[in-house]
Amino acid sequence: MNLEFIVGELKLDVRCGEDKLGRKVRGGYVGDLLSDVIGNSSEGDIWVTRQAHQNIVAVASLKDHTGIILVNGSEPDSDTLEKAIKEEIPIMVSELPGFEVVGKIYKLMHT
Amino acid sequence: MREGLLAALKRLALMRGLSSERLKGEKQLRLRTLTFELPYKQDNQVTQDKKITKTQELVYKLKVKDVMTTDIVTVSPGNTMNELKEILRIRRIAGTPVVENKRLVGVIGIDDLIRCLSEGEMDATVGEKMTRKVEVLYGDEPLAHAVNKFNQYGFGRFPVIERKRGRLIGILTKSDMVTGLLKRLEIAYHTEEFRHNNNNENHVFNNIVMDKTSFHFQYRVNGQDFKVAGESIYKLKQILSQLGFPPPIIRRATIAAYEAEMNIIIYSYGGCISVSADYDHITLEARDTGPGIANIEQAMRQGFSTAPTWVQELGFGAGMGLPNIRKCADTMDIESEVGKGTHIKIVIKNTNGNGK
Ligand SMILES: Nc1ncnc2c1ncn2[C@@H]1O[C@H](COP(=O)(O)OP(=O)(O)OP(=O)(O)O)[C@@H](O)[C@H]1O
Ligand SMILES: [Mg+2]
Repeated sequence: MNLEFIVGELKLDVRCGEDKLGRKVRGGYVGDLLSDVIGNSSEGDIWVTRQAHQNIVAVASLKDHTGIILVNGSEPDSDTLEKAIKEEIPIMVSELPGFEVVGKIYKLMHT
Repeated sequence: MREGLLAALKRLALMRGLSSERLKGEKQLRLRTLTFELPYKQDNQVTQDKKITKTQELVYKLKVKDVMTTDIVTVSPGNTMNELKEILRIRRIAGTPVVENKRLVGVIGIDDLIRCLSEGEMDATVGEKMTRKVEVLYGDEPLAHAVNKFNQYGFGRFPVIERKRGRLIGILTKSDMVTGLLKRLEIAYHTEEFRHNNNNENHVFNNIVMDKTSFHFQYRVNGQDFKVAGESIYKLKQILSQLGFPPPIIRRATIAAYEAEMNIIIYSYGGCISVSADYDHITLEARDTGPGIANIEQAMRQGFSTAPTWVQELGFGAGMGLPNIRKCADTMDIESEVGKGTHIKIVIKNTNGNGK
């Protein structure tokens, strides 16, 4: 399953990395504690969080995530966007709370 | 700092103990500059004249199989020493690998031949007289590794074999390396010139230095400075991948560097992270001046954190940074003195992709 499919199904707004949506999503991880995400997520994951500061780009880049979904209407800072563009990490946003976003993605992936 | 191609090659060659004679012939090529003056900031700098050159970068990027000679003469264990004599004479070579069913089983050379001549054993077989224990290179090793091996053993050539099946695929001599490098430099030079003319991005190697065959990369980390946090990680990632490290190893090194950097930013007054890499392993050290850690055992425990609230709101303080570093490392040492600072040293072995 690629990012584009998830973006379409969940009606996510893409804030950057529009041209990287062909990337394959291998799994997902959800969390707002950066070291927890670093320790427990896997490469190819889509990361769901509500942290919006620039360190999320570093974390996603370290772990080779497919992209980041910001939930609860959280918007990336301008620094975050700038970095994400440079490091080629797609960032998507949703008004929905994390629970629902994750639930929907999980269903797409496992049914 | 600009440096001529020849100067750089010569330096490389001298460093490796190659004769300067061999390089003279190459003078005719008259290539222009080799390293590039780069438009980057000089913030946390190590000495400037040690800036990495294209040659040094190539020594890591190029693999043995890219520059070895593939058109080789071999003998089989069943050949007699008399036959070997003819082969060496006709082909004007000093020795050959001995091959059986495409696999390397030994080497034999002119000194073995002389011994047999003086002892009247020219009817003996190559199989009886060859050296069986052979130092080899693998086709997928970087040239840097080969250079080390030439230094270590003082041999003029090494058979190159394929890692999986042990098949002989070529021979590498010092002059193969020089010629190989020259060719790539010429290509690299043109590409770089093209990129420059299209006024493209900065080169990454601004604070990286090289001595012999290891790379050092060092950066300062200021306490409380969240603005530039992680900046160096991108650079480090890029460098390690240009040096040909496999992605799992790169991930481990950069994660450890990031966690160490964040701790320096959050808990100390400032410090420094240095990374050195050679073919076999990556060593990372993080040093800071600061309050130090009173109880290291406790700090290493997953979930233990003294992160202040405002830092927690940014997503730090899971108490997993040090445990993450330990997970990424093959060995980890941590020393800390209360009121002075903390020193962490980790080593990651390059397992060629079979890592954690
Ligand atoms: N360089 C340092 N100087 C002083 N204290 C440190 C340093 N590094 C870590 N510590 C102490 O060790 C604790 C544990 O560190 P660790 O990196 O494991 O977790 P954390 O930084 O609290 O949270 P996380 O890394 O998950 O965001 C810290 O809360 C801090 O008290
Ligand atoms: Mg930490």
